[in-house]
Amino acid sequence: MRLAVVGAGAVGRSVVELAGEHGHEVVAVADSSSAVVADSSGSVDAEAVVTRKAERGIVGDADPADALAADYDVLVEATPTTLGDAEPGFSHVRTALERDRHVVLANKGPVAERYGDVQALAADSAGDVRFEATVGGAIPAVSTVEDIEPGHVTAVRGVLNGTANFILTRMAAEGLDYDHVLSEAQDLGVAEADPSFDVDGTDAALKCVILANVLSFGGADDPADAREFSLADASVEGIRDVPGSVLRLAAEDGRTVRLIGEATGETVRVAPRLVHENGTLAVSGTQNIVQIETTHAGRLNISGRGAGGPETASAILGDVGRLR
Amino acid sequence: MPDGGEFAGGDRVSDTRDGAPEEAVDGESADAEGETDPAADGGHDPSPSTHTVRLELVDEPGQLLAALQPIANNGGNLLSIYHERGNKTPRGRIPVEVDFEATTERFEGIVDALRAEGITVMQAGTERYAEEITLVLFGHLIDTDLSDTLSRIEASASASVADVSLAAPQGTEEVSSARLRLEARSGETAEAIAAVREIADEKELRVVAPLAGVEA
Repeated sequence: MRLAVVGAGAVGRSVVELAGEHGHEVVAVADSSSAVVADSSGSVDAEAVVTRKAERGIVGDADPADALAADYDVLVEATPTTLGDAEPGFSHVRTALERDRHVVLANKGPVAERYGDVQALAADSAGDVRFEATVGGAIPAVSTVEDIEPGHVTAVRGVLNGTANFILTRMAAEGLDYDHVLSEAQDLGVAEADPSFDVDGTDAALKCVILANVLSFGGADDPADAREFSLADASVEGIRDVPGSVLRLAAEDGRTVRLIGEATGETVRVAPRLVHENGTLAVSGTQNIVQIETTHAGRLNISGRGAGGPETASAILGDVGRLR
Repeated sequence: MPDGGEFAGGDRVSDTRDGAPEEAVDGESADAEGETDPAADGGHDPSPSTHTVRLELVDEPGQLLAALQPIANNGGNLLSIYHERGNKTPRGRIPVEVDFEATTERFEGIVDALRAEGITVMQAGTERYAEEITLVLFGHLIDTDLSDTLSRIEASASASVADVSLAAPQGTEEVSSARLRLEARSGETAEAIAAVREIADEKELRVVAPLAGVEA
């Protein structure tokens, strides 16, 4: 497959670096201000793109629009997630689908905030949309739900934010308060300078909203009847205010606290919850876990790395493989 | 003796004349449901009848013995124990059904004694305390009158407060946390948690609820 990669952060760069190993070639790369497009028969030099991005902050000398217009089979959309109208990611998706090309998303915005619009565009296109990388990084959450069939999945829940999980794990293990552990996480690069997206539960909620859309649209006989979810439909509580004493009281009783997201075809909820200290959902550090409740296949648990460049790129390239 | 068996179905056949029909229930024929009758018939009957309690035991040595002692020590005469090993409850515990004879008065004492020992009584007679819920509240618990919070949880129909642990490491005027163990009626855990949430919302407290119905 010929890939155009839009977004040159850690995920986009990893896709550029790993595409060859998966048997694909990258024909265009764009970041917010620049682009590089390969000659008609060739592919872009992955190493040169990564070096240029690191040294000069650009990926090439072309205009980003040139990458969107390039001759690719699959557009990999890995720009930062935006809320509301999900722009500019949504327009990138639209451009590709209108050109009858496939889209693989790492950007959560279009499928969390405008799932119905994306599905409508896909319905009118010869291209498909896939978005495994938007939920749980390397964990095959969406494709597992698809394999079981959304109509046979009653709920999906789990730990879907590594930063929040790292903070809760350290608070419990060291008896430290939130602020202390947050600065430690920032020093380690586990938390961003503005950690709101992670610690307020927004990131986990977007992932659950996407799963709720998969369950709702996948379970409906007619997509027109499916309920569409966006962030506004989610009940979200974060971990910012959770005092250390909550974790101590939980530990005294063999339990701990995890930021758990739950999606059904009807509800989305993210909140700190009590779980058993050695239970399946009590994954440690930056690990994520997805637990799928099924009608006929019992309960499935998949844990692993929920973020990171190569991990997320691996989910993207898995999606590309499914398009063949 | 003859009256019980004659009626089709056999349940609630206490429309008999002698006022003491419950001895007829000999632990074999109608033991599953017959134990409520003595209380319904007035409760001052001193003669013992058969009762069934369903307990939930932690899968550890000595737990069964610990559960039987309060029964024996409080005047219960053990009849049978059905230990459903291998069949675990959603919380990974072992359900045990115990049949014993006791007077109505003693029966109540036995149930209280079991609960005082920290044993989970899922069902006693027809009264069900099936679900145990542990949750943590945090916020300005003291300033918002913790005792009132607890009384209002008690007053909600779905649950009773079995245990409270408070942690106020920064003193009573700062944010503190409380772990509550609630006993809810069977199938009403969601209602019980919703009731707690409603009271908490009103007082701007936060609830860290368990994952209902999930062995997490």
